[in-house]
Amino acid sequence: MSTFILLTITGFGLGAMYFLIASGLSLIYGLMGVLNFAHGAFISVGSYGTWWFSAHVFDGIHSILLQWLLSSLVGLGLGAVFAGLVELVLIRPLYTRHMEQVLVTVGLSIAFVALIQGIWGTDPKTFPVPPWLHETTTIAGAHIPNDRWIEIATAAVVLCLLRLFLRRTRYGLIIRAGVENRAMVQALGIDVRRAFTVVFAIGGVAAAVAGVLSGVYFNDVSPDQGTNLLIFAFIVVVIGGLGSIGGSAAAATVVALTQQYTNYYASSGVGDMVVVLLLGLVLLARPRGLAGAVVGARA
Amino acid sequence: MSATATRTLLSVRDLHVLLGQSHVLQGVSFDVPEGGVTALLGRNGVGKTTTLRAILGLVGRRGSVRLADEELTLLPTHRIVQRSVGYVPEDRDVFTGLTVAENLRLAERDAEPRYDLVYDLFPDLEARAAQRAGTLSGGQQQMLAIARALLNHNRVLLVDEPTKGLAPSLVAEVADVLERLAQLTTVLLVEQNLGVVRRLAQRAIVLDQGRVVHTSEARELLERPELVRRLLSVGHAA
Repeated sequence: MSTFILLTITGFGLGAMYFLIASGLSLIYGLMGVLNFAHGAFISVGSYGTWWFSAHVFDGIHSILLQWLLSSLVGLGLGAVFAGLVELVLIRPLYTRHMEQVLVTVGLSIAFVALIQGIWGTDPKTFPVPPWLHETTTIAGAHIPNDRWIEIATAAVVLCLLRLFLRRTRYGLIIRAGVENRAMVQALGIDVRRAFTVVFAIGGVAAAVAGVLSGVYFNDVSPDQGTNLLIFAFIVVVIGGLGSIGGSAAAATVVALTQQYTNYYASSGVGDMVVVLLLGLVLLARPRGLAGAVVGARA
Repeated sequence: MSATATRTLLSVRDLHVLLGQSHVLQGVSFDVPEGGVTALLGRNGVGKTTTLRAILGLVGRRGSVRLADEELTLLPTHRIVQRSVGYVPEDRDVFTGLTVAENLRLAERDAEPRYDLVYDLFPDLEARAAQRAGTLSGGQQQMLAIARALLNHNRVLLVDEPTKGLAPSLVAEVADVLERLAQLTTVLLVEQNLGVVRRLAQRAIVLDQGRVVHTSEARELLERPELVRRLLSVGHAA
């Protein structure tokens, strides 16, 4: 029983990271029709930004917690700025040219990993985190690493903030409408391109949060960590339903738990295969994903 | 209808639209005078909807579209709309996942949106403010689509087949609303229902195969059944 509880909580922790990445991907695709393969770079900007500021700028701060929080905040800010710039500089000129967008984002993704390797090498980097995160809490005999709680809580907070943003703000309204029918939003006199930049920046922040948390979850950050996480985030987006934040949250949980259980109870590595099978089943039975929303952005 | 305007408000010149391999508009030119209703008529597929979408910049086009003295073709769609060009699209295109109130809020452009007018014309929309637009009937969705445009002051309103797919009783209701609209602004109306055109329009422009083939007073066209049959009836392609 304790193993099952450990697997479940760890699965929720992993699902939290998938959700943080998938939410941005989902909104970006839902609103703009852009398959952003450079999203892994946003994750790396968050994780490496946090590591670099922790090691080179805030290293004099005695409180590890404060050091980690400050460097994480800078990492998130960098994620937002980087994602916004990617939209303005690379995506906007290729508006409606989807094939070129795919090529550019794939190119950026590859180049960014190479850039990190070129500057900081291929060795993983560790940033100091509060020791409490590496301790465990015992629940029903299961020793749960404390960082899992932070990951789950962070994802829950991000989910609530995103829902509030989408429901309560004018930009949220524009994004929800734009996911349904982008052309009609423009025909109401709204500059939908501003919403594009906002969505990219939000996606960048969420991905950067995932970058910081992945550094805690895996105990280090490495150049291709973002790209590796991105593969499963794409699966989550498709299963959850493009453009649906709630769908992404549900799908992230299902995918992560499936991976955890299968890898443990069947064999290590089988979980990834089962997730791909699950993707196939969902596409066959419910092509619009779990959320079932009509989302393809109309030009 | 009393509008007898002579000043040209909207001027379309040599408008071309290519959609894929299809040359949908092949040099469309016409003027819309200020005030009243100008009907844009033609059989299915002759380019009426594309003309409205081209005026708004929703499809790529070549040629000239001028609103009063300002060239619109260099502007993106949202800027054109901000020049007080309203649009009621074919098939309504309300945002089905948003509530009625959210659909209206999204359409607010003016500092003081005309909610009084909207709710006076469509009291049902006020009662259903919290209802998702996707759950409204076709007629209610059409009212919402018109209400979105009505919320703001428009110099010209492009209305695309507002009675399409509606029950006869609703057609009369929509025509009533359009009549009221025409008292407030200039309307360029795409409409297949000639009864509605007869009731509302002062001028008629007929398209065929991507070109303007007839322009006259609406009454002058509709009083000539042979001409109507030749220009608008199925089986009488020019």
